Amino acid sequence: MEERKDDNISAMGTVAIGEAGKTGDWRSLRPVIDRKKCIPTVKNKPACFLCWLYCPEGVVKAGIEVEIDLEYCKGCGICAEECPPRAISMIREDKSHE
Amino acid sequence: MPENLFKLNAKEYILPGTRACQGCGLSLGYRYALKALRENTIVTLPACCLCVLHGIYPSTPVMIPCLNNSFASTAASAAGIVAGLQALNKTDTTVMAVAGDGGTFDMGIQALSGAAERGTDFIYLCYDNEGYMNTGTQRSSATPMGAVTTTTPILTKQQHKKDFIKIMDAHDLPYLATVSPSYPIDLYEKFVKAKKIKGTRYIHMYVPCPPGWGFATKDTIKTGKLAVETGVVVLFEIENGKFRFTGRSKTLAERGNRLPVINYLEKQGRFRKMNIEQLNQQQAWVDGKWQEYIRRAEA
Ligand SMILES: Cc1ncc(C[n+]2csc(CCOP(=O)(O)OP(=O)(O)O)c2C)c(N)n1
Ligand code: SF4
Ligand code: SF4
Ligand code: SF4
Ligand SMILES: [Mg+2]
Repeated sequence: MEERKDDNISAMGTVAIGEAGKTGDWRSLRPVIDRKKCIPTVKNKPACFLCWLYCPEGVVKAGIEVEIDLEYCKGCGICAEECPPRAISMIREDKSHE
Repeated sequence: MPENLFKLNAKEYILPGTRACQGCGLSLGYRYALKALRENTIVTLPACCLCVLHGIYPSTPVMIPCLNNSFASTAASAAGIVAGLQALNKTDTTVMAVAGDGGTFDMGIQALSGAAERGTDFIYLCYDNEGYMNTGTQRSSATPMGAVTTTTPILTKQQHKKDFIKIMDAHDLPYLATVSPSYPIDLYEKFVKAKKIKGTRYIHMYVPCPPGWGFATKDTIKTGKLAVETGVVVLFEIENGKFRFTGRSKTLAERGNRLPVINYLEKQGRFRKMNIEQLNQQQAWVDGKWQEYIRRAEA
């Protein structure tokens, strides 16, 4: 991590993404979306988005094509568990490919 | 629910890559609390999991200004911020003190009671993960009876959870509400409401905690929902003394179809040592509290 400077007289943190690093590294399971089952993609309009609603990390982008920021997704599996049509599968991360 | 979704503030106030555990109920609940309160909010908090989420100096993932204080002074520090803002004529800023159950039920009660009695114009959010979690799952007075913690490893906790909400209710607050991250819309709406009210507003957020309670990270939402379905957690608000069930608890109160508490307890590792006697006691305790709420709603 690059060193950050604080010009304040009292200790004051500044806002930064990845405060705990690239938390995608924590994952042992990766969420993979099956577009053929995902409701907004199928209906071609904003709908459902329960994965966006329930993601504790706020890394799901709600759109016609739902996207997950895998750089920071911690792999908790909540999105897959709560997805009504079960469009998300949790797939093992293959560490040997890193 | 989808229609309601579009009414939510789309902006996020927590940048990804925080220190909180996978599947943390607090991360989810706090995400919606900040969405509801928006900019022009100041947070003050003591040591706790939320303090960990707020990051290590000199970085923070949270885009809302936050002051770190000590356990005994959470609400007092909020009162100081409120007084400072008043002196500067910035009375439209929302001040929110946040602490865990340990920091509220055990260590912050005196300053909180004092601020509430004085009617300090702030929101106090207690997030209740039912233990001293960031220090390694020690028991608190919010831990339910029958739970294994690192300080109740053999016999489990022998005492029932302290009814802290009742203590806060005794302060005759303009607003008191319970929320759960498993019901983000209900949670969001209550924070929006609390923001508009003057005086001391108390919000109690139950936060399922996968490592502390012993359940899989994917089951955070389901665990929070089961707590409500069984009446272990009751969603309501009390506005100037008027009690009202909300959301799923309202439906359960109308239909009278609560599930037995075992449906909630059996899915969590922390209750693995509970015996049948404790189970019956727990059911009776939950039933008793539920009846109190029903009477309160009818009054
Ligand atoms: C005066 C004081 N005593 C003890 C501690 C150590 N400590 C830090 S966090 C914590 C647990 C707080 O529990 P809770 O308020 O429930 O928050 P949680 O960790 O569960 O989020 C303790 C005991 C401290 N920081 N200061
Ligand atoms: S919850 Fe499932 S169906 Fe709904 S938007 Fe997300 S991936 Fe698509
Ligand atoms: S696995 Fe967890 S962190 Fe990753 S996108 Fe799904 S809910 Fe969010
Ligand atoms: S210990 Fe529990 S409350 Fe604390 S960060 Fe982890 S999951 Fe969240
Ligand atoms: Mg706690």
